[in-house]
Amino acid sequence: MLRFLFRRILGSLVILVLLTVVAFLLFFGMPRDPALLMCGKTCTPDALANIHQTLGLDKSIPEQFWIFLQGLVMGRDNFPQGPCPAPCFGYSYHTNEAVWSTLIDRLPLTLSLAFGATILFLLVGLGTGLLAAWKRGTLIDKSFTAGSMVISSMQIYFLGPLALALLVYQAHLFDEPKYTSITDNPAAWFTGLLIPWAVLSTIFAAQYTRMARSAMIEQLQEEHVRTARAKGMSGRYVFFRYAWRGSLIPIITILGIDLSSLLGGAIITEYTFGLPGLGRLAVDSVQFSDLPLLLGVMLFSAAVILLCNIIVDACYALIDPRVRLS
Amino acid sequence: MKEDLVLPAPREAATGGAGEPLLVVEGLTKHFPVKGGFPIRRTVGAVQAVDGIDLTVNVGESFGLVGESGCGKSTTGRLITRLLEPTAGTISYRGQDISHAGRKQLAPIRSEIQMIFQDPYSSLNPRQTVGKIISGPMEINGIEPDGGRERRVRELLEIVGLNPEHYNRFPHEFSGGQRQRIGVARALALEPKLIVADEPVSALDVSIQAQVVNLLKKVQQELGIAFLFIAHDLAVVRHFSHRVAVMYLGKIIEVGDRNSIYTRPRHPYTHALLSAVPEVDLTDAGAGRRERIRLAGDVPSPIAPPSGCRFRTRCWKAQDKCATEEPPLIQISGNRAGHLTACHFPEDPTIEGRDEDIVLDPALAALEED
Amino acid sequence: MTTLTKEAVSPDPADAGAFLSVRDLHVRFRTEDGIVKAVDGLSFDLQRGRTLGIVGESGSGKSVTNLTILGLHNPKFTTVEGEILLEGQELTTARESELEKLRGNKVAMIFQDPLTALSPYYTVGRQIAEPFMKHTGASKKAAWERTVEMLGKVGIPNPKERAKDYPHQFSGGMRQRAMIAMALVCDPDLLIADEPTTALDVTVQAQILDLLKDLQREFGTAIVFITHDLGVIADMADDIMVMYAGGAVERGTVNEVLRSPQHPYTWGLLNSMPRLNSDLDAPLAPIPGAPPSLLTPPSGCRFHPRCTFQDRVGGTRCVDERPLLGPDRDSACHLTAEQKRTIFIEEIKPRLG
Repeated sequence: MLRFLFRRILGSLVILVLLTVVAFLLFFGMPRDPALLMCGKTCTPDALANIHQTLGLDKSIPEQFWIFLQGLVMGRDNFPQGPCPAPCFGYSYHTNEAVWSTLIDRLPLTLSLAFGATILFLLVGLGTGLLAAWKRGTLIDKSFTAGSMVISSMQIYFLGPLALALLVYQAHLFDEPKYTSITDNPAAWFTGLLIPWAVLSTIFAAQYTRMARSAMIEQLQEEHVRTARAKGMSGRYVFFRYAWRGSLIPIITILGIDLSSLLGGAIITEYTFGLPGLGRLAVDSVQFSDLPLLLGVMLFSAAVILLCNIIVDACYALIDPRVRLS
Repeated sequence: MKEDLVLPAPREAATGGAGEPLLVVEGLTKHFPVKGGFPIRRTVGAVQAVDGIDLTVNVGESFGLVGESGCGKSTTGRLITRLLEPTAGTISYRGQDISHAGRKQLAPIRSEIQMIFQDPYSSLNPRQTVGKIISGPMEINGIEPDGGRERRVRELLEIVGLNPEHYNRFPHEFSGGQRQRIGVARALALEPKLIVADEPVSALDVSIQAQVVNLLKKVQQELGIAFLFIAHDLAVVRHFSHRVAVMYLGKIIEVGDRNSIYTRPRHPYTHALLSAVPEVDLTDAGAGRRERIRLAGDVPSPIAPPSGCRFRTRCWKAQDKCATEEPPLIQISGNRAGHLTACHFPEDPTIEGRDEDIVLDPALAALEED
Repeated sequence: MTTLTKEAVSPDPADAGAFLSVRDLHVRFRTEDGIVKAVDGLSFDLQRGRTLGIVGESGSGKSVTNLTILGLHNPKFTTVEGEILLEGQELTTARESELEKLRGNKVAMIFQDPLTALSPYYTVGRQIAEPFMKHTGASKKAAWERTVEMLGKVGIPNPKERAKDYPHQFSGGMRQRAMIAMALVCDPDLLIADEPTTALDVTVQAQILDLLKDLQREFGTAIVFITHDLGVIADMADDIMVMYAGGAVERGTVNEVLRSPQHPYTWGLLNSMPRLNSDLDAPLAPIPGAPPSLLTPPSGCRFHPRCTFQDRVGGTRCVDERPLLGPDRDSACHLTAEQKRTIFIEEIKPRLG
């Protein structure tokens, strides 16, 4: 098990390095010079060369790549803005801020949004899904299934503004979405994110309702579930101990994907509710040809996705002894 | 349907007429690598699925290969049809070495060696009509029979006892037994000389199984096709084969003509296997009680098979010699020509009951003690 | 259409002393294609401590019958009519909570494939201990001791350690032994074994069959043994019931049914089965055609479309009238007793060699 995890982490690091290479090549393949953008309207060739030099763009691509990698591991102190401790992604071309601290700055919002929504949609989605499977064929099951169909076909840019218009601006039931740090004011943190959480988790929950229902129904038809009934275990026991355990596998697989995409930055959600998270940072960095920021956001998101994958694999091993003991 | 065909019994191998070797397999070996290790995964061992077997199938002969799961009989079939690449050993077909032949070299032989599979549900493409399925091999090999492919397919459908009018139907419209007939027709399409049949009837119900066994027998005799018949059911193999080889853990442990193997077995495993088959005793008073041998446990892992004789860990006659020296597959004294046994301490050539049952299973022994 | 000439109901089961008594059982499934008549008018009795072998091909209704006894069918798509009496207790109308008390306790089941029939997520020991704790109220520790004892009894070496293993760490034969230990842990009065050795190799099958027989002798359990293999049934059963297309066509003791069978379907089964000592000069004589669809079963005798003896009955009786099966030694066929006897002796037996 530990060996397996170690191997997975090693593999993930290799993937991260490869990703950095690809991102570097793609960036320099762009028909746009970031220095030109910074140089402004009154740009002279001398000024441009100067900027090239400060940014390190005059060096060859492999050289720049090596410097970048070194910075990640050991930090760099050759920046005009000041020293840059490891992990150093450099300073943003656009805002002149250290990339790492920008990421750390935006992270709490993204984490709050992602985990808050996840807890909510898991509770609601799995709860309704299990209930539908338990009451299979009844009115409850049918209405849940139909409801989840309708909701999951909606999009955030439709449901988001709708919720804002109805619940916030018209009925004044909730606060306008706004991020406050949880350490500053937990109540404001909660109320400010309530609407984004609700909207985000509504759409996800609907998917989880259907998924949990179908996974449970499939599991309930398994032979070993029938055996458990044949030895006299109660319906509820069989449902939660035998069928539920098997249903966790597909659910966790999808949860891993959803969670990693939420953590990587829920771009549309952030734009819809005007919240400055990692997603917006990513869009900005592309817009401004901001290489250090772009690399930072990309590597960060990739690391999060790989981490989620490793956690999902570890969960498989926890749930299924066949994975753990083979 | 033509169910009640009266067929002559298969010719005995000794009088097999043709008698000429069609397929000769020597030292055939297949090891599947086992991956493991840390931190870099590498090959740490091998599943010795087939480990140095020799066998010969003569022209027009039906050769049965029996054994329990994991003995390597199916792998052997796949090696001979070259669906798998042998690790070592040679396969010669009509004197030509095909053990490592490439696609091009195999092309002329492919049509002569055909395969019939166990599962009549998954071995037919559900999106193709029966006509398309059966003419497929002709198309691939660019064969244009007299009168056209469609006529040939209708002819084949008739041979296997299906209505030629079913040419345009799809596999799902047929029952399990009928699907297996389609599989047989497809195998016959290229007029093969050798058919490798891997458990062709074990997925079928008893009454249907007999239909397919009879069909295969008819095909074998009327068209003179040699068969390598792989099955776990000893009674079915007996019914179909002129000669029979018994496999255990990747080795052939006994081979001989049918009567020798079924009535005068010498290897303890063959004895155990035969005695384990549950039989309907139709004779009125238990005339000639069969011997009762109950082995202990299951077959050992083919990753680390026992040294020497592979059966020794479950054998009641095993001695020190069995662990150190692998018994060669030879004709031991008292056996007819062609009956080879790989055993240091062979059993008497009979299947009659002994003075005392051999019960190696500790749980059975304990329960029967009381 | 089928006309019933007489009621095939035996005297009150309580008087007959039957432990399990099934009376005129009908089981129907609703499917997308229509209603499947899986079991259609089945009656049988089982005495304490005896083994009833139910033999039939796929779709004969043999497995469905036994799932119905324990109420393990899906009630939403299934209708059950008739009576199932276990020591006088009616099971078809019993509440789920009452059935739960019976299952694994008084009546236990073993299934065909022990790999899929055991949960991959829990240890073998836990799965055996669970029903024991539930039905006897034993403590965890006592249940574990009982589990280890049972595993030892069914021949699992080193049971104390193996109880902590998961099913995938057991070999096929060992898994089926564990399954048997699980079924017998509460010392049931009735064991239903549904093709328990079909997935096993022949030498392992022989071990398991002998184990079941030996354990039955020790525990005095009645067994319903379901199989498609006449050889296995000959080895295991005291009495045999042959099923075809949802109904019983012949019943009697092992010797009666296998040595002097009376139903054309039984004859067909015996004729089509290759045996180790059968005459090799005679080809197998298969039953023509294929089993009928249970969506639209044939009228009259369900076997008539495949039966080669219809003309001996004469007229259209086989097509119009469903033959009934009596409670004791009998076969559901319109041939006269004399015809059945002479056909078997003159035409069937010689082919069996």
